[in-house]
Amino acid sequence: MKSLLFRPVPEQITRLSLAFALLASGVFLVRAHAIPQTWLDREYHVKSTLEREANRPRRFAGAQACTECHEDQVKEKAEGNHRTLACETCHGAAGKHVEDPTETKLFAPRLRDYCVLCHAYDPSRPTGFPQINPALHNPLKPCIECHKPHAPVPPETPKECAACHGEIERTKAVSSHAALACTACHDAPDAHKVTPRLVRPTKPQNREFCGKCHGPKSEEKKAPRVDLAAHGERYLCWQCHYPHLPEGK
Amino acid sequence: MQRRGFLAGLAAFLAPILGLPFRRARADGPPEQAGGAPPHAAGKPAGKPRRFGMAIQVDRCIGCTRCMDACKAENNVPKEPFFFRTWVEQYTIKTDGELVVRSLKTGNGKPSESVPEREIMRSFFVPKLCNQCDHPPCVQVCPVGATFRSPEGVVLVDEERCIGCRYCIQACPYGARYLHPDTKTADKCTFCYHRTTRDLLPACVEVCPTSARIFGDLDNVASPLTRFKRMKKIHTLKPDLNTEPKVLYSDLDGVVR
Ligand code: HEC
Ligand code: HEC
Ligand code: HEC
Ligand code: HEC
Ligand code: HEC
Ligand code: HEC
Ligand code: HEC
Ligand code: HEC
Repeated sequence: MKSLLFRPVPEQITRLSLAFALLASGVFLVRAHAIPQTWLDREYHVKSTLEREANRPRRFAGAQACTECHEDQVKEKAEGNHRTLACETCHGAAGKHVEDPTETKLFAPRLRDYCVLCHAYDPSRPTGFPQINPALHNPLKPCIECHKPHAPVPPETPKECAACHGEIERTKAVSSHAALACTACHDAPDAHKVTPRLVRPTKPQNREFCGKCHGPKSEEKKAPRVDLAAHGERYLCWQCHYPHLPEGK
Repeated sequence: MQRRGFLAGLAAFLAPILGLPFRRARADGPPEQAGGAPPHAAGKPAGKPRRFGMAIQVDRCIGCTRCMDACKAENNVPKEPFFFRTWVEQYTIKTDGELVVRSLKTGNGKPSESVPEREIMRSFFVPKLCNQCDHPPCVQVCPVGATFRSPEGVVLVDEERCIGCRYCIQACPYGARYLHPDTKTADKCTFCYHRTTRDLLPACVEVCPTSARIFGDLDNVASPLTRFKRMKKIHTLKPDLNTEPKVLYSDLDGVVR
């Protein structure tokens, strides 16, 4: 019996292997030429992804971008309590504004609801972070009337006066005169703090004093105006308005 | 005639199978070598790429959600409140020992509603994002090699390759990936690759008001990040999984997962 090896290859095997060879070379050709290299090339696909990611548009301009044009605000903020905040934390992404400042205006968060995002009391916040109860802390007034947004401080409240005039201090703090220092209306020599009854601070003497801010020619923008000649003309202002808690209605 | 039909079918069936092994085999190689020089390195002297990392000081986070908003604005993340590349969780341990974890919504101003104050024993915020693992499970499971580590160690997704099969989303132990509803591909934090490769900070770090987030090069000898690593006791999330995260936490409470 002839060995298996030397038997002539059966017709069907030859054909099948021929077909298979054709198929294999076909696949090879398609892979090598028809399919774009970029489909298979990992190096290319990593590179193109890195490039695509690296070139995405940048919307935030970054902390350095504002200095050039808004030096005042940058300087003010750098020295204030908000020094750790970025300009864009409050004003939003500024990439477009930096490219064309007149075309794209930035939003400024002038209302209470923005400050409250960070400053509303919350038991989860780290203790020591300055927090307020928005419902009780001077409600209805925009925060920026009392606190400068770029360098906020609790508004100037000479603690020395409060030490002895606590009630006046607390009254004034919730009044429309909250932002006025005691010294805006009283010249208080330092000696007054040592010998208060001997050295007395000044007190406003006449209607014109209040008229500085409330008269028609006043430069105080926020103060409501009255006509000094006609408004309660026979009396001193504080005979009707308590100066530390003035009411206008 | 019948035979020819069979052969044609066989060809159609085999072609992709024969094609695949090539692709898979290469995809297994270390990306650092395959990637070559990153595009941004063009201007810089060729050298060792930086190794990006982020530190999070848990005791500084005030839960203001500025980072979440900034990230969405910078990276085209959909506005809907369930798509995030970075997010902040509020942990509350109640006096009876129960743990309440809640993700903050963007811009609602008043994070706490969940637990009445007198029942709170301890409460704090934990910012989270992709940990940019050195051993990323998401990269291992991708069937088409569409996700990989950049030379800087940032895990990226090739959105042109991604087939949206969501394996990686399942595989990520930190829940850091989501399927982008527009592109229908996996999307995730890139450490703001387009910013950080140009020496800008990631958007979330940029806007953080309390410096709770620190970004930098982990290999740098003198940087805020290096200082952080030296001065603080460092924790990572789920260290037992050996994913080797590059997002480092300080002051992390033991209950955080
Ligand atoms: C190239 C110069 C330039 C740069 C850089 C620049 N600004 Fe301005 N910015 C302007 C000019 C000019 C205006 C006034 C535009 C007007 O009133 O028409 C302005 C106005 C503003 C305003 C006022 C908007 C208002 O409602 O009153 C804000 C806020 C502001 N810029 C913020 C920023 C911030 C934040 C940055 C940094 C990311 C920045 N700007 C960078 C030029 C610049
Ligand atoms: C805490 C949030 C906050 C931060 C941080 C902040 N701003 Fe403002 N900014 C405001 C508010 C609120 C106003 C509106 C002030 C007003 O109307 O009196 C404003 C107003 C401005 C204006 C208009 C002119 C003015 O002074 O009223 C400019 C310009 C400006 N900001 C630039 C900047 C720049 C530059 C920085 C970074 C150095 C910055 N801001 C940081 C909240 C902020
Ligand atoms: C993104 C968060 C954020 C926003 C928004 C914000 N602040 Fe602040 N604020 C801070 C941080 C952080 C400090 C510094 C806290 C510290 O020193 O520990 C601070 C400090 C202050 C302080 C000083 C408190 C103290 O006792 O030292 C005042 C006042 C203040 N902010 C008022 C405002 C006002 C008004 C606004 C709205 C225009 C505002 N903040 C918006 C984060 C914010
Ligand atoms: C009528 C003026 C006024 C308004 C409006 C006002 N504040 Fe104040 N704020 C004060 C005064 C006065 C203090 C210091 C005394 C005190 O602690 O109550 C203060 C203190 C603060 C402090 C420091 C608290 C601390 O414990 O250190 C923060 C923070 C603050 N305000 C934020 C705000 C925010 C946010 C708003 C807006 C929602 C706001 N303020 C509105 C007058 C005002
Ligand atoms: C050591 C405590 C003390 C301090 C500090 C102090 N005062 Fe007085 N002040 C007094 C006393 C006591 C009187 C007298 C009250 C009386 O006679 O009924 C007085 C009276 C006044 C009067 C009324 C004077 C008059 O003629 O009726 C004014 C105004 C005044 N203080 C303003 C201030 C101001 C402003 C400050 C802060 C710069 C200040 N005080 C700090 C204790 C103090
Ligand atoms: C808007 C101006 C104004 C401011 C601000 C002001 N005062 Fe007065 N204060 C007056 C006037 C006017 C009188 C005089 C009232 C009178 O003669 O009946 C007065 C009187 C007083 C008196 C005398 C006792 C009394 O209640 O009449 C004291 C004490 C006093 N002020 C302390 C203070 C202190 C302390 C502050 C700061 C917390 C302060 N004042 C802020 C206008 C002001
Ligand atoms: C330094 C400027 C200044 C001086 C001096 C001053 N005021 Fe005012 N006053 C203001 C400002 C500013 C407001 C408005 C505050 C606000 O509504 O935010 C105001 C508000 C008032 C109001 C309106 C209150 C309301 O609820 O509508 C009265 C009344 C008033 N002042 C009376 C007086 C009297 C009386 C004096 C003199 C003792 C006086 N003021 C001195 C600045 C001043
Ligand atoms: C006879 C009592 C009396 C005297 C004196 C008086 N006022 Fe008034 N003032 C009132 C009354 C009542 C109102 C509220 C009704 C109104 O608007 O006329 C008022 C309202 C005001 C308002 C609020 C106006 C507004 O538009 O909100 C201011 C400011 C004011 N007074 C300032 C002064 C000043 C400054 C003086 C001193 C030059 C003064 N008043 C003297 C009784 C008086």
